[in-house]
Amino acid sequence: MEHSSLAGRVFRGVALALVLVFFMFPIVWIFLMSFQSNEQILRIPPRILFEPTLFNYQALISGQLRTTAGNLEISFMRNLMNSFVLSSAAVLLALLLGVPAAYAFARFKFRLGETIAFTLLSFRFAPPLLVLLPLSLYYQQLGLNDTYFGIVWVYQLIALPLILWIVRGYFEDISPDIEHAYRLAGHSWREAFTRIAVPLAGPGIAAAGLLSFIFCWNNFVFALILASADKQPVTVGALAFVTASGIQYGQIAAAIVLSVTPTLLLALYAQRYLVEGLSLGAVKG
Amino acid sequence: MSMAQLLQTSATARIKPRPRGRWLPYLLSLPALLVCIAILVPFVTAAVYSLQRYRLNLPYLRGFIGVDNYIDFLSDPAFWNTLKISLVYTAVTVVAELLFGLGIALLLRRPTRFHNAVSIMLLLPLMTAPAIAALMWKLMTNPSFGILSYAVSLLGIHDFKWASDPSTALFTVVLVDVWVYTPFMMILLLAGLRSLPRQPFEAAALDGVPASFVFFRITLPMLTPYIITASLFRLLDSIQQFDIIYAMTQGGPGDRLMVFQVQAYLEFFQYTNVGRSAALLMILWLITNILSNIFIKNWLRLRERAHGHA
Repeated sequence: MEHSSLAGRVFRGVALALVLVFFMFPIVWIFLMSFQSNEQILRIPPRILFEPTLFNYQALISGQLRTTAGNLEISFMRNLMNSFVLSSAAVLLALLLGVPAAYAFARFKFRLGETIAFTLLSFRFAPPLLVLLPLSLYYQQLGLNDTYFGIVWVYQLIALPLILWIVRGYFEDISPDIEHAYRLAGHSWREAFTRIAVPLAGPGIAAAGLLSFIFCWNNFVFALILASADKQPVTVGALAFVTASGIQYGQIAAAIVLSVTPTLLLALYAQRYLVEGLSLGAVKG
Repeated sequence: MSMAQLLQTSATARIKPRPRGRWLPYLLSLPALLVCIAILVPFVTAAVYSLQRYRLNLPYLRGFIGVDNYIDFLSDPAFWNTLKISLVYTAVTVVAELLFGLGIALLLRRPTRFHNAVSIMLLLPLMTAPAIAALMWKLMTNPSFGILSYAVSLLGIHDFKWASDPSTALFTVVLVDVWVYTPFMMILLLAGLRSLPRQPFEAAALDGVPASFVFFRITLPMLTPYIITASLFRLLDSIQQFDIIYAMTQGGPGDRLMVFQVQAYLEFFQYTNVGRSAALLMILWLITNILSNIFIKNWLRLRERAHGHA
């Protein structure tokens, strides 16, 4: 378009290549490292070509790591399962709470609705520790500390504003006339909601759900404060694993690969909706 | 609630609730309201704590001391260090990510298949958990086998200690932040660039207007709403950065990376000083609240554009 000169094209090509190397190299390198033994990793200079081993993954999956210093127990599979349980439960709860509210905010004009919508939005930008630290003291009194429910509940801080605002946008884009006509034919609002509005907003609801899953999965600080070892998701578990295992670099790399694979796959699958999700519904891709 | 009004007045036809169904919207939003309240309670509690002398290890000393926690900060070098590090971290990351992100968005502007594939690939760092990303870079900057340590040694710089050296720690965590979040800027600005109307650019091309003039007088002004929203988004997250710094160095070496939330976390868990921790977080909240009000205004404007209405 603007640059069609040869120099301009070469410049663009080189710049793009540098960008790709900078952003892709760490992922590729850690991926390769996860198939290396500790001896291979520690070799200097590092080699691109090596005999791959599945040893690191076997150790993580079996939960047993035999080293010269003795046997080390790894509970990383437990962390992985926790991540699945916590993120899925948080998204389900957020959909259950958020979709009806999003519909109400899109269809009805009421002051309380706007107040709720904007309060939740502003929570998204408040320091999480401000809520978490007093909450951890409350949780101790209520017996919610270190429970799945307690953690799922605070995940609403991430999932609910996202679902509320994205789904609200989808409902607003559906003309209310369709529902009007359906209602005039003698159907109740509930039928209009479940048979017309929700199916029409379906793709938006699914996208908002997937994105909230990614953001819950990637969260670190909530579980760091509220969960003990057996409830921790991968983000906190991986850090604890680094501290505990110290020099088992191959397993650390494998744990990193297992931690990021689910969200990266979901992100690729939902990439059409990422721009919208990242901007909380303000920019369409 | 001026923003609420803004949203309401620009709204299109909405169903007027019939008298019988007047309770309906309230019923539908009741669960969301409960979540709101459940979050507001600890928030107000934190505000109260910040006015107390409250140490978990010395519960009998607990009592109201007014704004003493805040006044203590004024003469506390640790607080000024926290403020300084947080602001520097925020300024450097946001400026770097904006320039870098804008540059990449311009490179990928034409929606060819190759450009789209690249932009999707660049989203992968952004979808990596920041705490995990920090661990990745920790492995790459390990002094004994890290590939990056090896790379700088090839350049003749030996003994480059990355995050464990006070003089390069900030640079290292900024690098990780830039790696994770530049794609955020890139993807929003790319969406903005591609949504701009074509006519001004076609007219400029016909008239042979120089590229720099087109960029500064047409592209940048039209892109401004996107730049402001994306930058404010990043400002708000960056000044609260916790995951990357905590996973990388826990605020160290020394107090070199003691940003607000890391400092507040340590005040709470290491020194069990709840009052001081809460006061620190209230100050951070004050900053983010001002920023988020500006942000929401701009964000609403973009939202209206995306939906054709409120």
